[in-house]
Amino acid sequence: MAQIVGAIATSHIPAIGKAIAENKQNDPYWKPFFDGYGPALSWLKQARPDVVVMIYNDHGLNFFLDKMPTFAVGAAAQYRSEDEGWGLPVLNSFPGDAALSWHIIEHLVADEFDITSCQDMAVDHGFAVPMNLLFPNAGGKWPVTTVPVSINTVQHPLPTPLRCWKLGRAIGRAIESYPKDLRVVVFGTGGLSHQLDGTRAGFINKKFDLYCLDTIVRDPEALTKLSVIDLVREAGAQGVEFLNWITMRGALLGNVSQIHRNYHIPISNTAGATLVLENRTAAQSQAA
Amino acid sequence: MQHHDIPGTIVYDGAEAQKGYALNAMCYSFNAAANREEFKRDEDAYCTKYGLNDEQRAAIRERNVLKLLAAGGNVYYLAKFAGILNLNVQDLGAQQTGMSVEAFKEKLAAAGR
Ligand SMILES: [Fe+2]
Repeated sequence: MAQIVGAIATSHIPAIGKAIAENKQNDPYWKPFFDGYGPALSWLKQARPDVVVMIYNDHGLNFFLDKMPTFAVGAAAQYRSEDEGWGLPVLNSFPGDAALSWHIIEHLVADEFDITSCQDMAVDHGFAVPMNLLFPNAGGKWPVTTVPVSINTVQHPLPTPLRCWKLGRAIGRAIESYPKDLRVVVFGTGGLSHQLDGTRAGFINKKFDLYCLDTIVRDPEALTKLSVIDLVREAGAQGVEFLNWITMRGALLGNVSQIHRNYHIPISNTAGATLVLENRTAAQSQAA
Repeated sequence: MQHHDIPGTIVYDGAEAQKGYALNAMCYSFNAAANREEFKRDEDAYCTKYGLNDEQRAAIRERNVLKLLAAGGNVYYLAKFAGILNLNVQDLGAQQTGMSVEAFKEKLAAAGR
């Protein structure tokens, strides 16, 4: 059976992709951020994932306001990286696993999540930057297949934190019922606090971010009591991307422990963060 | 919609999305290099092609972020317009808050202390 071995949450700011393209990892501005990835890379190496289920949001590459799915799941053999309009390098396409995608889609709809399935999908920095950060030596040959799950964080009404948590639970159950022996890592991308627009642009809330980082590990259901407006107020208009993190955490059905975390202000207009979580079944926890 | 208890913050909802549709559709087209070039060749003609209203056209002409937002622009699509102008999100933040770019960057760094 497929097994979710853990999860990684990470910021996905476009400037990170640019810094990688320009090899600025040791630049004084970037070093405190990139140094946070060493332990994540070591963990990922021993986790040996076959598949990454990528929970992210599109920012106006694949989806426009003409059709805006609340939840969309990719079901393609590959996902294109494309020009987003501001010079971020286009990466090699990301391989999909259409059979696993359709399995997840079947289970989600049976579980009353009426998602949109996408057989043709371009993925933007919300997907590509985390892949680039966490598989830095891929050289264009990605070592995992991927299943994109895109959550609307662009046009309100957005799904509630509680709904995202439940979606995560359903994704977790779907993956764990897949008959192939696959090792799966869930990525949740975006955040943490930031606001790009309005006269409150530049808003960052360290106190709230640290609360989120603590709570998502030990008491994630407490986060489901927040409303979307609470997130806008406390995390900023674009800090609502934390919904991707909540969904990711929901997918971890076992005993969860924190392997690593890093938090650094600022990266671009944002509080940059990384969190690595291990997910063990009850049997594994007993053996260990 | 300006949410009553969150100052300086737009909750980008259906009313905004309806108002800003043409402006955002134009900015969304800037994902493609050919469209960016076409815009640069004749901005006015390109705005006409996408059916921008007078308020939206003026905001584009003035490169005024707060006016673009007031005209229904969504920041994720507007970012693609900013890309044509070689402006990053610190430049946009500085313009919206009336600060110098240096002061805006210092405000961001100060949030970490
Ligand atoms: Fe984002």
